Amino acid sequence: MNQPTRILGLSAYYHDSAAALLVDGEIVAAAQEERFTRRKHDPGFPVEAISYCLGEAGLRLSDIDHVAFYDKPFLKFERLMETYAAFAPRGFRSFSMAMPIWLKEKLFQKKLLRDELTELDEEFAGDSKLLFAEHHQSHAASAFFPSPFEEAVVVTADGVGEWATTSVAIGRGNTLETVKEIHFPHSLGLLYSAATYYTGFKVNSGEYKVMGLAPYGEPRFKDLMLDKLIDLKDDGSFRLDLDYFDYCTGLTMTNDRFSDLFGEPVRGEEELLTPFHMDVAASVQAVTEEVMLRLTRALADETGIWNLCLAGGVALNCVANGKILRDGRYDRIWVQPAAGDAGGSVGAALAAYHQHLEQPRQVNGALDAMRGSYLGPGYADDEIERRLTAAGAKFTVLDEDALISETAGALADELAVGWFQGRMEFGPRALGNRSILGDARSPVMQKTLNLRVKYRESFRPFAPSVLREDVADWFEIDDDSPYMLMVADVRENLRREMTAEEQALFGIEKLNVARSDIPAVTHVDYSARIQTVHQEINPRYHALISAFKERTGCPVVVNTSFNVRGEPIVCTPEDAFRCFMGTDIEVLVVGNCFLRKEDQNPELNLDYKDAFELD
Amino acid sequence: MSFLLEFWRFLRVRKKYWLAPILIVFLLFGGLIVLTQGSAVAPFIYTVF
Repeated sequence: MNQPTRILGLSAYYHDSAAALLVDGEIVAAAQEERFTRRKHDPGFPVEAISYCLGEAGLRLSDIDHVAFYDKPFLKFERLMETYAAFAPRGFRSFSMAMPIWLKEKLFQKKLLRDELTELDEEFAGDSKLLFAEHHQSHAASAFFPSPFEEAVVVTADGVGEWATTSVAIGRGNTLETVKEIHFPHSLGLLYSAATYYTGFKVNSGEYKVMGLAPYGEPRFKDLMLDKLIDLKDDGSFRLDLDYFDYCTGLTMTNDRFSDLFGEPVRGEEELLTPFHMDVAASVQAVTEEVMLRLTRALADETGIWNLCLAGGVALNCVANGKILRDGRYDRIWVQPAAGDAGGSVGAALAAYHQHLEQPRQVNGALDAMRGSYLGPGYADDEIERRLTAAGAKFTVLDEDALISETAGALADELAVGWFQGRMEFGPRALGNRSILGDARSPVMQKTLNLRVKYRESFRPFAPSVLREDVADWFEIDDDSPYMLMVADVRENLRREMTAEEQALFGIEKLNVARSDIPAVTHVDYSARIQTVHQEINPRYHALISAFKERTGCPVVVNTSFNVRGEPIVCTPEDAFRCFMGTDIEVLVVGNCFLRKEDQNPELNLDYKDAFELD
Repeated sequence: MSFLLEFWRFLRVRKKYWLAPILIVFLLFGGLIVLTQGSAVAPFIYTVF
């Protein structure tokens, strides 16, 4: 019998390091390093994630046939040098700061990787096993190969990889052919990041805040952006006017001309958000949607292929994804749940298997190969009990029926419930295995979760988990969205119009006004970032929401990630217990163990509020 | 040594020979400075990494 092919995919040294393990083309395990090191967006070599992936399959590193890295450092170096040469003598400061790290480390990334891997297992054979995929190839592979499609158009868009910032590929069977690319410095992701920077948020992590801020504003700068910043063609291709940006040569994203164009300076992190910033956010969001719509429409017409796969940071823009879906050009859309760079580890491994080794691909037309993205560590019941006992937790072990019934009861009583089950999610979203849950009907749930549990004063609402079979009754969508990557509106008959007085409220005050029968998950524009819960993918979570529906008539719960602001999502039962004891989560369910806050030893309470650096 | 060989192959495939003298000068002079510096701590520049 043939030995199975084992491939380890790695994403590292930029942000969100991760590892993924493929055995005979099947994604066996994948996890982000931050979950183990408890350092948000950890960029380091993913030692812990690799150890976990190997352990999950009972392998050693020396059992691995190939290690696939998610980008090509030499190509990146070439792009840097050409950019500096093109702009010289401008950019000398950036150049002089960037070169030392390249000369010392980044140029020698292959050696660095080999050394790190050999340190993990000295029998690892080194160079001959190392493969490198291009950044956008990794994204495209992560979007197409696990998708439920035999044939699809694959669009990837992010800030920048080596040269490509946007790519289009056609996937058929086990082949994936790139047909066009847009190259640096013209980048939709960097345009979005420029607006993120300009509105005072952290580049590379604050983009989702801009997306959440957009519904508060009017896109009154959209035409100005299309006129001055970006030359957008009918087919969705574009060029940026670099006179307004600083990222090619400077240490910031935008320059003074950019600020002059909009009439205000860059917002400082602590400065107040004003309607102006909301309008900038709404405008860049509208431009992004316009680019993605033109691009995907043109590709549908050009190729006659009605399946679309998306990945890359821009694919995390679920508002744009929802618009593409509702645009109706494609029969089905599939978005890689780890669309950011962490997902590059899965993509690099899949590219190695199907493209480099030319291995066939099995397609299940109904289910994708990401297994609900539940690819991280899970814990057996006895191990959970042992770990919780060691942590000093007081808990009751319940059988399945009692557990579901008690938890649904707690949710119906408007309690904040920590829900820790099965294997951890891979990617930025908690999808019902490492989640904090609440009653979506409660008008105070949003405020409670924000202030007493998540420790954030947010202008963003929470996302709903809804039973797949009921989604069309509650939201204006009747498609699968198992990864919370589609936004759709709450159905009109469930909405409540805001009074003029309420309309005039600002920021979180406006968010706290009940706008529908499920106010905790309804944004100010009635939109919601939906997760459809499928019986066949996550039966226990499905059973819980079904029990909640039986009690309340509502098949929707609030689902927010199990962490506080700035903290990586919890990984182990101990992480969950710590977060439980450091916040106002009232009930914690870990596997079959049921914990109430009032039963716990108050001496174990933690000061959790300032434990993590804010994002 | 394997690095130089790989980089040379890369230049040939990409037809970017003009990068070779730049890299050699870097490695000779820049490399010396960097290596004697202890640690090279670069600031976060979005498009550089």
